[in-house]
Amino acid sequence: MIIGLGHYLAVAAVIFTIGIFGIFINRKNVIIILMCVELILLAVNINFVAFSTHMADLPGNNPMAGQIFALFILTVAAAEAAVGLAILVVYFRNRGNIAVEDIDLMKG
Amino acid sequence: MLTVISFYLLAFVAVAAAFMVVAARNPVHSVMYLILTFFSAAGLFILMGAEFLALLLVMVYVGAVAVLFLFVVMMLDVDFVEMKQGFLKHIGFGLLVAGILLLEMIMVGTTYVWGDKTTVVVRDGDVSNLEAFGQVLYTDYAGIFEAAGFVLLVAMIGAIVLTLRDRDGVRKQDATAQMARTKETGMEMVDIEPGQGIG
Repeated sequence: MIIGLGHYLAVAAVIFTIGIFGIFINRKNVIIILMCVELILLAVNINFVAFSTHMADLPGNNPMAGQIFALFILTVAAAEAAVGLAILVVYFRNRGNIAVEDIDLMKG
Repeated sequence: MLTVISFYLLAFVAVAAAFMVVAARNPVHSVMYLILTFFSAAGLFILMGAEFLALLLVMVYVGAVAVLFLFVVMMLDVDFVEMKQGFLKHIGFGLLVAGILLLEMIMVGTTYVWGDKTTVVVRDGDVSNLEAFGQVLYTDYAGIFEAAGFVLLVAMIGAIVLTLRDRDGVRKQDATAQMARTKETGMEMVDIEPGQGIG
């Protein structure tokens, strides 16, 4: 038995789904939602790396492109976490709680 | 055989820990499970042959992002027991969305991957992963690499601007006021009579 592309894609799909699921069932805590976004980005990274390493022999294909992309996604994810948590800290300072249901200042 | 065992072990741990991120009652535990997920994902990356990204994942996530999360979770004084009360209220809708998503991805995956087995080939190159990274990162992708640096710079400035605040009633050092002092403003000559004091 050999571990192929499909196995990694399956793991990534399950992690991605868990991330989406977490965003939907969690209506109380913004921090968990941010963690779920990190999970989703991780699943995307697994996909990129899996395609990059398993499909390197296709003609006209740069074998490192997927991993480079994963690197940039990592960068953006780190920036997103920093800004998101900063916003969270400011929000908590102003309102005193971070329950998702209470975040309705803009009446959207 | 070892590859198969380690793949299933890492994949199982990654998925279980990812689920526990969502399901844990205490957000501190959630952060710990997030770290575990990223460790397992790093293991999967190593199995795939992307060692550099695996180490980068551990450094960036376990070293920086997870600590940032922990810091914020512990800094915000929130009643977390009360926060988890509405957990089961939305589980039906969440399961519905998650199920549809998983079904879609399985359908895409089965048609794409198992349709043509010849594409599933592990590359065994003669340059190391890090070398291959460097060969393209600073040549083909140099512009995007700079842009990524700018993204991080903007995020850093944004986070500082958002969280910096001036508190009232806090004494601060004023360097210009200190430098502007002269002998006349800073010192007073008093002629004290003997036996009287300043009074």
